[in-house]
Amino acid sequence: MNWSLALPELVLSISGLAILLIGVAQKRDSTLICTMLTLAAFAITAVLVIGAPSAVGYDGLFTSDAFAKFAKLLILGGSALCAILSLDYNQRQNISRFEFPVLILFSTVGMMVMASASNLMTLYMGLELQSLAIYVLAAFAREDVRSSEAGLKYFVLSALASGLLLYGISLTYGFSGSMDFSHIAQAVTDPAGVSTGLVVGIAFIITGLAFKLSAVPFHMWTPDVYEGAPTSVTAFMSTAPKVAPFVVLLRVMFGPFGHIAIEWQPIIVLIAIASMLLGSFAAIAQTNIKRLMAYSSIGHMGYALIGLAAGTQSGVRGVLLYLLTYVVMSAGSFACIVAMRRRGLAVEKISDLGGLAKNDLPLAALMAIFMFSMAGIPPMAGFFGKLLIFRAAIDAGMWKLAIIGVLTSVVGCFYYLRIIKVMFFDPAEDMFDARSASLSFVAMSTGIFTLIFVVFPAPFLGAAAQAAKALFE
Amino acid sequence: MTDINAAGFPVLSLVTFLPIVGVIILMTLRGDEAAIAGNARWTALWTSLITFLISLVLWTRFDLRQPGYQFAESVSWLPEFGIGYRMGVDGISVLFVLLSTALTPICILASWDSVKIRVREYMAAFLILETMMVGMFSATDFLLFYMFFEGVLIPMYLIIGIWGGPRRVYASIKFFLYTFAGSVLMLLALLAMWRQAGTTDITVLMHTPFSYHMQYWLFLAFLASFAVKVPMWPVHTWLPDAHVEAPTAGSVILAGVLLKMGAYGFLRFSVPMLPEAAQHFAPLMFTLGVVAVIYTSLVALAQEDMKKLIAYSSVAHMGVVVIGIFTFNVQGIDGALFQMISHGVVSAALFLCVGVIYDRMHTREIARYGGLGDRMPLYAFAFLLFTMASIGLPGTAGFVGEFLVLVGAFQVNIWLALLGSFGMILGAAYMLFLYRRIIFGKITKPDLKSILDLSPREIAIFAPLAILTLWLGIYPASFTGFFDASVGAMVQSHQQAMNAAHHASQFAGVAR
Repeated sequence: MNWSLALPELVLSISGLAILLIGVAQKRDSTLICTMLTLAAFAITAVLVIGAPSAVGYDGLFTSDAFAKFAKLLILGGSALCAILSLDYNQRQNISRFEFPVLILFSTVGMMVMASASNLMTLYMGLELQSLAIYVLAAFAREDVRSSEAGLKYFVLSALASGLLLYGISLTYGFSGSMDFSHIAQAVTDPAGVSTGLVVGIAFIITGLAFKLSAVPFHMWTPDVYEGAPTSVTAFMSTAPKVAPFVVLLRVMFGPFGHIAIEWQPIIVLIAIASMLLGSFAAIAQTNIKRLMAYSSIGHMGYALIGLAAGTQSGVRGVLLYLLTYVVMSAGSFACIVAMRRRGLAVEKISDLGGLAKNDLPLAALMAIFMFSMAGIPPMAGFFGKLLIFRAAIDAGMWKLAIIGVLTSVVGCFYYLRIIKVMFFDPAEDMFDARSASLSFVAMSTGIFTLIFVVFPAPFLGAAAQAAKALFE
Repeated sequence: MTDINAAGFPVLSLVTFLPIVGVIILMTLRGDEAAIAGNARWTALWTSLITFLISLVLWTRFDLRQPGYQFAESVSWLPEFGIGYRMGVDGISVLFVLLSTALTPICILASWDSVKIRVREYMAAFLILETMMVGMFSATDFLLFYMFFEGVLIPMYLIIGIWGGPRRVYASIKFFLYTFAGSVLMLLALLAMWRQAGTTDITVLMHTPFSYHMQYWLFLAFLASFAVKVPMWPVHTWLPDAHVEAPTAGSVILAGVLLKMGAYGFLRFSVPMLPEAAQHFAPLMFTLGVVAVIYTSLVALAQEDMKKLIAYSSVAHMGVVVIGIFTFNVQGIDGALFQMISHGVVSAALFLCVGVIYDRMHTREIARYGGLGDRMPLYAFAFLLFTMASIGLPGTAGFVGEFLVLVGAFQVNIWLALLGSFGMILGAAYMLFLYRRIIFGKITKPDLKSILDLSPREIAIFAPLAILTLWLGIYPASFTGFFDASVGAMVQSHQQAMNAAHHASQFAGVAR
């Protein structure tokens, strides 16, 4: 038994327990120490992930390959950015507790397990660990009714989705005789001989994962939970926890069900189109920036799903690059949203950004970079994700999907432009409170990445290509 | 890194990215607001002047006999995708690079006093815009071209939206979304061609055969993007709004350079890469061009706002350009290119003329003026020169281009030339009408009695444009010499492609 295969996950889990103990033992508020320790644990884990061997272990339950590594590094990066973001916000909102970074850490462990899952049971365990931590996080501002509501809503609907996923897993098990990805793949090589039960099982698995991705039509919870949850949690929910289910979806669809792509492709195409349409049109009417970001993330998942629908290696590469740019842009824009405070209170209406360029040009410029990037305007990083996704769709001959994609991106562009319009063209509102160094750090680093990605895209594209290749081996 | 670079150093990259250096300097300025504004103006002016001086290397060292790309640069960027950082200029693009670098300092000088708020950001936006424009005209990689082409939208959106007139928000968003909607379809065309050729190198794409069926759709996708940029009737409606709301310098750069991007795209992509589809759609393009010439000229006659009038006249002039491009003969394409250059100079100057009196009176309503000739003789002279050039009087810039296009059109179809020449008659009508209402007559409005003539700064702005206008009109050969070789090669390869297609169809007929 090769224990070292899951060394990063083991180290991270043990660090989590240790940090929890340290937090309890401290008499004074230990959030800062715990957050720093969490970040250190993330850094160590990232190093271990890079050095981890590529193999399948634990009786086929757990796979470590280039694909998993790419996903894990992305997840760790996203979680780390959000942990930094939460420091200042939680303190100012009076919800600063040392459990916060620990919960992010355990959620991250769950996500990493998902990324390495090569058995439906591992997948489910990872997903539940991730979700359980997020239920608590969503309700973290326990004196705030909206936060409690968000936590409860997310819990109830997510439990339903988990049920559906579990049902799909049991159907798959029943009709293929195994929960192991490689065994399922052997059992379902023939597209003609696929039983209806198995297809129903796949549909349920897609449903369960699409819920976590907040892809239409399983998106209903997203705007409410995004709006109600503390902004630091919303930031977290829109980054790494979007990556993990997507990575799992890729692994499941191309692993065990790779031979019967023809059965699941229409479902993914439908979900992708619906997500892009809803994400772009429903966002137009929003006045709350967190709700707007919710619809924006729905739309982004729609674009990324095009890469899955294409069903090719270049499609997977596109998805991975898209997720990378999405995590960076998303963390950056939430850093800007977290900075929206007046006289000690968080404000979250779009109109509150009015005239930001006059009061705080750097913040407005960074937000504008993220918005242009999300709209997919070159030379921002977001353009490259879209470019590869659409290229994959065209290579696969999915012209209609590509045309719908580019046209909805024009609609989406409208609401991103509206935010820039509010910041740059509208008369100035009152100044925001001075923002902390941690927020500036997150916003600046992600902003610079988004802006100058164009100069050195090759290493990231190379890593994504390698990861995609590993998935198909 | 460079192999056939006549200048011995990467002049195109330097010209493209030097303005960014200026932006970085602008970002480091410190002090109170007035000091920053003053320093920002000088920094931007010097940056753009130095950029212009360096770009003159292109003028002096360009080999007129060689039709291919010169000053070529190539840096590996995404090799496994066949995408590279490739720059170069040929006879078609070299003058547009120079036009962009020449107009930017003029724009900065023109905004010297009229832009009072957020001067530093304004200057930064203009310098970024210069980078995008120059980069777009010198990119010889399709993806690089697309990135610059789209990148132009960002600074221009901000320039209209922040420093524009009362309806600036509507105008800026309309401008952005119109052009973006067209461009994303071009992106799909780009992806399709990239897939077929395995690279986005324009020189390779030009020799990649595309099936007729594919050309048909690619042409339509390009049309969606370029028609909006040109702008062609009926997708021109963003232009009057954008022009009216943009600050003077914004209008100048919009009319002078940005409107050329669409026609440049036709010449760079549609005609050489999709010859059969271009031939097939030529009648459609002629129709749209003629409609633009006649319809928008009539609309211009009815305008009460000076900027709107000149904006509609731009649509009409660009209609002539489109007609010229799709004649596929040397005169037509030469004329189209010349018309683009001359329109770039003349319409820029006309918008500056509007800016001069707008700065003084803060209105663009034609009826609010009259009899300015009494108080502003110098202004009346400058305005007259550019009005005549816009009409196309022989000896000015406007004549050569329109004449060549009509000669080219005559070879294709007499009716096309006849209808196209209506534009010149109507153009004379609306421009002279405008001039009479503003300059001639007695000053009757009390507030005009104290209006001042051109200041030295304004004379410095108009002098180079006036010299260029006359130079273009009196000795056009120093400009046509640049594009003769490239246009000749383009027309020749178009003929070959058509002959080959003709033979192929005959062969198919025999085989059947």
